[in-house]
Amino acid sequence: MKVMFAGFAAIFIIAVAADFVLDEIGFAAAERQSGPSVRLGDAY
Amino acid sequence: MLRIAFAILWSALVSVVAVPALAQDAPDRTATGGAQTLSDILARQEQMKVDDGFRRENTGDPSAAKPTTEQLGTLGGASDPDLWRALRYDSVNIRVSAGGDVAATLVQDGGMAWLAFREGPLRTYGGWLLLGTIGALVLFYLLRGRIGVDGETTGRTVTRFKAIERFAHWMLAGSFILLGITGLLTLFGRVGILPYLGHEVNSVLLIGGKWIHNSVSWAFMLALLMVFVMWVGHNIPNRGDIIWIKQFGGIIGKNHPPAKKFNAGQKVIFWSVILFGGSISLSGVSLLFPYALPLFAKTFAFLNTTGLPEMVGLGVLPTELAAQEEMQLAQAWHAIMAFVLMSIVIAHIYIGSVGMEGAYDAMGSGEVDEAWAHQHHSIWLDEEKAKAAAQQPAE
Repeated sequence: MKVMFAGFAAIFIIAVAADFVLDEIGFAAAERQSGPSVRLGDAY
Repeated sequence: MLRIAFAILWSALVSVVAVPALAQDAPDRTATGGAQTLSDILARQEQMKVDDGFRRENTGDPSAAKPTTEQLGTLGGASDPDLWRALRYDSVNIRVSAGGDVAATLVQDGGMAWLAFREGPLRTYGGWLLLGTIGALVLFYLLRGRIGVDGETTGRTVTRFKAIERFAHWMLAGSFILLGITGLLTLFGRVGILPYLGHEVNSVLLIGGKWIHNSVSWAFMLALLMVFVMWVGHNIPNRGDIIWIKQFGGIIGKNHPPAKKFNAGQKVIFWSVILFGGSISLSGVSLLFPYALPLFAKTFAFLNTTGLPEMVGLGVLPTELAAQEEMQLAQAWHAIMAFVLMSIVIAHIYIGSVGMEGAYDAMGSGEVDEAWAHQHHSIWLDEEKAKAAAQQPAE
């Protein structure tokens, strides 16, 4: 059971890390649809 | 003489049959000066397949223009309607100041076909596939019951899966369930949640589901890679699998065919997870990074070289796809593959939990009773025992 919960915890950690990293490198689907002349707001 | 007469008769027959067919293939559009006719419009409204090549390719030819020195030279070889047609079929060279190459596609009507597919066949057949699988398993359980361990358990256990193997399995399983649920919420939320629980609930579920789906996918892909590396060696098909399949793996009947670490049924699950999961991952990454990883134009070009699409009646597949079309195809493929894998995994969950006594222990604690191991993986058990005996110091 411990290993199972460790696996589930890893899912959570990887998910949060992936979200953070993609945010940090400035990647968002909205940015792919946009250009430098467009302001997307603070969320992106 | 007879041959000549037969040839004349044959050619006459062919000409009688073929001429009307050809006339049907190329409708007469002289009345509209080559533009679409009422029958074209009506056929399109009926959603019948219309060969629109006469419009798609009629986008003007500047080189056909009269020289400017001639009287009508300034009119050029392309007109405004030609330009609008080119815009309609995305064949004109457009420059945009924002949005990159994607924004240069001004009209792309594949979205309607994609939406119709997503709201129609995908939901219908996908939903029934899952419900049908669950129904079949319930029926199977009622008929066969739980597959038990024959005879008494020994009380002696053998390690079936090491901690790292179980860790990767549960990471893969947990992430797949999360991805499956959030994917289903995205597809069915509008028809299954919104009318009953309202916009607010559906919205929260979709926003949360989107974050989970996009972020948890990385854990799924990592776990898929781990599982592949750790287990691929044990999942190469061998002759023993044929015996296992012939005896239905002991699932139907009383026989318990010998098997190594993984039996033929588990190998099917493994390769399904790897191939379908890999395909879902690839199309998923294409969707995660919109327009950066187009997959289908190249795949279609490759398939065309094999002649397979024509063989199955699909004709030559398009190899020039708009960026948006690539995304539509990636989403459709992603969902189809996901439904197939979900259905297989539901069966896997059944056999690993309520369907077979002792199966859960293999992934729960990693330890299985020797009687269970002998019943389901006798060759593997013998190998493990031989290894243990070899490791013991000689007295």
